Amino acid sequence: MKRVVITGAGTINSLGHSVPETMQAMQEGLCGIGELEFRDVERLAITIGGQVKGFEADAQFNRQQMALYDRFTQFTLFAAKQAIEQSGLEFIGELASKSGVVLGTAGGGVSTWDDNYRSVYEDGKNRVHPFVVPKLMNNAAASHVSMEYNLKGPSFTVSTACASSNHAMAQAFQMVRSGMAPAMVTGGSESMLCFGGVKAWEGLRVMSKDACRPFSANRNGMVQGEGAGIFVFEEYEHAKARGAEILAELIGFAMSSDASDIVMPSKQGAARAISGAMKDAGVNPEQVSYINAHGTGTAANDKTECAAVADALGPHADKVMISSTKSMHGHVIGGTGAVELLACIMAVRDGVIAPTIGYEEPDPECTLDVVPNEARQAKVDVVLSNAFAFGGLNAVLALRGV
Amino acid sequence: MDIKHKVIEIIADQAMIDPADVTMESSLEDLGIDSLGLVESIFAIEEAFDIQVPFNANEPTESDFDISSVGSIVRNIEKLVADQKS
Repeated sequence: MKRVVITGAGTINSLGHSVPETMQAMQEGLCGIGELEFRDVERLAITIGGQVKGFEADAQFNRQQMALYDRFTQFTLFAAKQAIEQSGLEFIGELASKSGVVLGTAGGGVSTWDDNYRSVYEDGKNRVHPFVVPKLMNNAAASHVSMEYNLKGPSFTVSTACASSNHAMAQAFQMVRSGMAPAMVTGGSESMLCFGGVKAWEGLRVMSKDACRPFSANRNGMVQGEGAGIFVFEEYEHAKARGAEILAELIGFAMSSDASDIVMPSKQGAARAISGAMKDAGVNPEQVSYINAHGTGTAANDKTECAAVADALGPHADKVMISSTKSMHGHVIGGTGAVELLACIMAVRDGVIAPTIGYEEPDPECTLDVVPNEARQAKVDVVLSNAFAFGGLNAVLALRGV
Repeated sequence: MDIKHKVIEIIADQAMIDPADVTMESSLEDLGIDSLGLVESIFAIEEAFDIQVPFNANEPTESDFDISSVGSIVRNIEKLVADQKS
């Protein structure tokens, strides 16, 4: 089996338009959640979110591209540029023919659906733009990355709700580890912050009207975010031979299915994914320093997740640090694992643990060290990143520094 | 604005060239408009004149809508506008 390292990272989310900006905000415990700004927001009961502000898509892309790029694709391409430039890779020859792009998204072009449904249903128009389908399809972002960077290997999109990015990155990891691809572009993107996107979430009645406070006894729900995280995963020897800067090493992953309920999480399913990732990485619980939690801020997730971590890590669960950066950037849904991987990279590379902000009251059902409100310096060995989706589909990644 | 000038404006916009460079003899291919650009142009024409253009991208040459040159497109649109507005 090959070793797999990360040689490029890019992002855009409510905390920043780049990796350094995002990590800085995470270190400072800043909150990217605020009042939503889009058409008809006044008809929503939920009016907050981790919305990307100040992103001038028109300045990034030409008119022809804009006609084809939904906002989730725009985010993807914006972040992919950062990641691929940082990696220094140029995809030509055999590298191009073997390297691909595997991305996660839950909803794909949600605002394209929203705008065009509005046009035909509300405005009564009988004609839509010819590019509606290629713009909204879930694989649009992956396809545009492959076209932009000449990635001709295995490429597709994974859609497993809130675990989409982790499932996508696990696939990319496996492809590089097995020797199938020398490098893969991976991660995920989501942009559901439009009237229909938020209205749908409102229906579930799991959304907070004021803040995302994971693990805090007074938590009252999740807050949606948006954005993308894109990475270059590369075979270690390939990266070393060209003197590439290595951000972190992927050392294992596991996936599991609860096979129980379409929305309620299961402790057993989550614990099996966490244990599985440690086993795949060949590490024992005592080596795990930090877990980037799924930590949505809902009553159900946070207590189930804490119980799952306690089961999987045993007595070491009381020593491990576990934080949810969703408190800062919101729940980026299908892109969330990718944005959260940045907190994992910051942990293994810089020894800085991102905090769980908004933490106000201890919850007897969430007694782990949730790194409340302030970032922490720590000596870090192995880091895990949890993602547990609606539908009971779980994916956990394991990393360490190089 | 008459139909001819509006159609030329739409085609020039799609080809990202000056309307003065679009002649009635030009083919869409000459102007650098590909199949996707053609579909987008037809959409823009439908929107501009509020008409239905009978065009199937699977059989671009089979329909009555002749797209062999800018001039033929303009003549077709003039007829469609006259028919569909009457």
